[in-house]
Parts: sequence; C-alpha cells; structure tokens
Amino acid sequence: MAESEDVVTVSLAFLHAFGGAFDFILHQREAATKGGVAVGGPGYIWTFARTQLEVSAVALGGSIAIALPAGLVLGHLGRGEFFAVGFGNAGRAVPEIAVVFLLAAVIGIGLGNVAIALGILGLPPILTNTFVAVRQVDRTAVEAAEGMGMTSAGVIARIELPLAAPTIMSGIRTAAINIFATATIASFVGLSTLGDLVTGENIYGTDGVVAGAIVIALLAMVIELVLAGVQRLVTPRGLTLQRSREAA
Amino acid sequence: MNELALHVPAVADTAGKCAPGLPSSFCHHHSLSGCVGGNGLFCFGWAVDNFDRYVTPFFRHLEIVGISVVAGFVIAMALVVLSHRYRALAPPVLGFTGVLYTVPSVAFFFLLLPLTGFGLTTAVIPLTAYTLQIIYRNALAGLANVPPGAKDAGRGMGMTAQQLLWRVELPLATPEIIAGLRIATVSTVAIATLAFLAGAGGLGQPLYEQNGFKTNIIIVGALAMGMALALDLVLVLIQRLVTPWRKARTW
Repeated sequence: MAESEDVVTVSLAFLHAFGGAFDFILHQREAATKGGVAVGGPGYIWTFARTQLEVSAVALGGSIAIALPAGLVLGHLGRGEFFAVGFGNAGRAVPEIAVVFLLAAVIGIGLGNVAIALGILGLPPILTNTFVAVRQVDRTAVEAAEGMGMTSAGVIARIELPLAAPTIMSGIRTAAINIFATATIASFVGLSTLGDLVTGENIYGTDGVVAGAIVIALLAMVIELVLAGVQRLVTPRGLTLQRSREAA
Repeated sequence: MNELALHVPAVADTAGKCAPGLPSSFCHHHSLSGCVGGNGLFCFGWAVDNFDRYVTPFFRHLEIVGISVVAGFVIAMALVVLSHRYRALAPPVLGFTGVLYTVPSVAFFFLLLPLTGFGLTTAVIPLTAYTLQIIYRNALAGLANVPPGAKDAGRGMGMTAQQLLWRVELPLATPEIIAGLRIATVSTVAIATLAFLAGAGGLGQPLYEQNGFKTNIIIVGALAMGMALALDLVLVLIQRLVTPWRKARTW
C-alpha cells in the first residue's frame, strides 16, 4: 500500500518536472529571480545551444585538423604505435573538467580558449582510431597501389584513407560526443552554453534545469545520428560488399 | 537542488585583494607575490600543507567508481549470459546501451534529479549506464573468439550448454572481458569528477570549489589519473591471476 503510494508520488513528480521542463522549452516566462527578466522559449534556449554547438564545432574541426593527418602519416609509416595507441588510452583517464579549468586558469576564458581545451580532448580518440585503421588496411591493396607506381601521398589519400574511413569516423564520433558533452561545463568558465541552464536553478527554476538537460541529451543524439549517417556515406561500397561476403 | 546555487564559481571572485581565480579566504596569509597569492602553476608547499583536504573526496570518488563499475559489470554480464542463449537480444541491447552512452553525463544527472534527488544514487545510475556498452560488447566479442575446437572438446566430454558456457567459453573469453572492464573503469574514474553536480561529492568537489587555483586543479587531475592507473593495474593483476594458462602475455 505504502509502496504503491510511493510509486504514484514519484510518477507525479516525474510528470510535474518533465511537463514543466517542456513548458520551459516551448514558452517564455519570468525568471525565478523575478525582476521581469524573461527566460525560456525556443529562441532563448537556442542562443545557449548555438554557443555550445559553435564551440564544439570549432574544437572538433581543430582536433580533426591535427589528429587526422598525424594518424594517417604515422599509420602509413607504421611508426609511433606506442605513442598513438598509448595516447588514446591515457586520454580516457583525463578528467575533462580539470582540463577545462586548467586551460581557463592558464590561457584565460572565452570561446577560443574553451575551444582549445575541448579540442585537446578530441585528439586521443581520433589519433588512435586513425592509426589503428590505417594499420588494418589490407596490405595487398597497398602493395598493388605501390606496384602501379603510386606515391606515398597517393597511397595515403586514395587507398588508406578511404579504406580506413569507417574506423576513423567512429573515432570522430567519440570525439564529437565527448567535446559536446564537455562543452556543457564550459559554462563554469564563463561561456554561456546549455550548462548555464542546468546549473542555474536559482534563475531558471527546476523546469529550466530539466529543460536544459533534455535539450543537451537530444542534441547529443542528433549529433550521434548525423555522424553515424556520415560514417555510412564514407564507407566505400567495396568494403561493405567484402564484409557481407565474409559474414555470409 | 539549492546546494549548487550556493557555490559561486571562484573565478568570479575578483573583487577582493586576491588574484583572479582565488577565493579571498586563501589570501589572508599570503602576499600577492607568493606562489598561492600569485596563483603559480604548482605551489608545492601549499599542496603538502593542504593534502588532507583531498583524502575524504578521494575515497568518496573511489566509492562512486567502485559501486558503478561493479553494478555495471554485474548487469552487463547478466545481459551477456542472456544474449548468449537468446541471440536475438544482442542488437537491441547494443542499441539501447549505445543510446545511454550518448547522453552527456551532466544532462543525465540533471534528468534524474527530479526522480532520485541529490546524492549517490543520482551519480551512480549514469556512471553504471556508461559502463554497460563497453563491457557487454567486449564480452560478446570474447565469446565469439573462443576457438571452436575448445567448444567441441567440451561437448565431447558431455558438457551441457550451461556447463560449456561457465567452464569453457567464459574462462576463455576472460582476457576480452577484462579488457572491457579496464576501459570502463578508467573512463568511469574520469567521468566521476562530475559526480559533485549530482550532489555525490568525489574529487570534483574540491576541484570545483577552487576552480581557478592551478595547484588545486593539478592535484585533483593527478589524483584522478593516479586512481585510474592504479585500478587499471589491479585489473591487469586480476587477469593474470584468473588466467594462469596465459602466462606473461597479458601486458
């Protein structure tokens, strides 16, 4: 009896919290601090979401620009395995929030500096995946290309990169999700991302906090879905055929 | 939920005599030119004098990680045993745990708050959820890599499907299972630095309270990475103990 009442209470709290949150997403209201400041509504939330997407995109672009060529070259030469793989493993152990705070304390706050901190977090998965993917490319394909007189650059660009693309993309997906998730806590160092909503209960109320959390989770899933689509697009058709033959 | 609102980020504290990023209470005994007052990269003396303030958060962190990884391991392995028997379960389980993995931890904590309130539970549920995918996927891969000959030998000895799973397949898949557990453990130590947002404390708490003070950030970062490394080594040792037939090839 008491237990079923608990269930009812919890479910009502759930509906209340999430109903209020959706109301916060859809409609403007007065801030919890009063004073006639309007908060909430799609346009209001979009300004935070946009900042978070912008800083994430800049950071991801930067980590791809550095880690992808490095991984391709190291993988092509077969050098630096200890570094490329160890870097990825060590990267998992680094607490993201400490990197954000340390970079803010050392180089300062602002979108550019936060993008640098987030970009650093994106390097390990991209570098490691690129290196491993290139090493796993069928050696006979590489030898055939070399036998046809292709240069190293040609082999990398036209053989290794396309064949390694699916695994590279899965590293980029991991990096993108990490970067976007960590961009949330960039609000602690003064960048107005969606983290402002989830940590601003005194201004936005519980509805705003939960609304922020819902929007962050939904955007992360959209990013994941879009990149999964890109991964499918960059997978060479030959590779898909080969795999389905192997599975059969 | 008001707890969080009480912590004004230390970076905002620029009004007093303190250097930017330092709580004013820090500057009573230090001149602005000292290491602490000037917020040097690493103030060794301060670290030695104040190390005790990290002891409780450290063990709390260990507790959060321990509960999450053990719970995740038990759930993931139960799912592995189930989907070993009912093969059709694997794709939906992989899909669902993948979706859980995509939800950023900060969002996960605050989505749970209306239901579970501030505290350990709200921190442990997302951290447990994040371990599922990697442990489950690695264990399935380990089972798939068991040599068919070993299974045939077991069947030839008259083993039932259950006996084969527990005595042949799972032991032979142990290296992959522990590899997944290692990745899950190391990532959980890192993500648990955000558990303070769920009101669960841990190393993120002292980090956040003086988040502009470089010495503090470096101490917390080093403690967290040290914990990750230590737990990783413990798991390597466990693997060597439970797979004595694979001598010296696990490093």
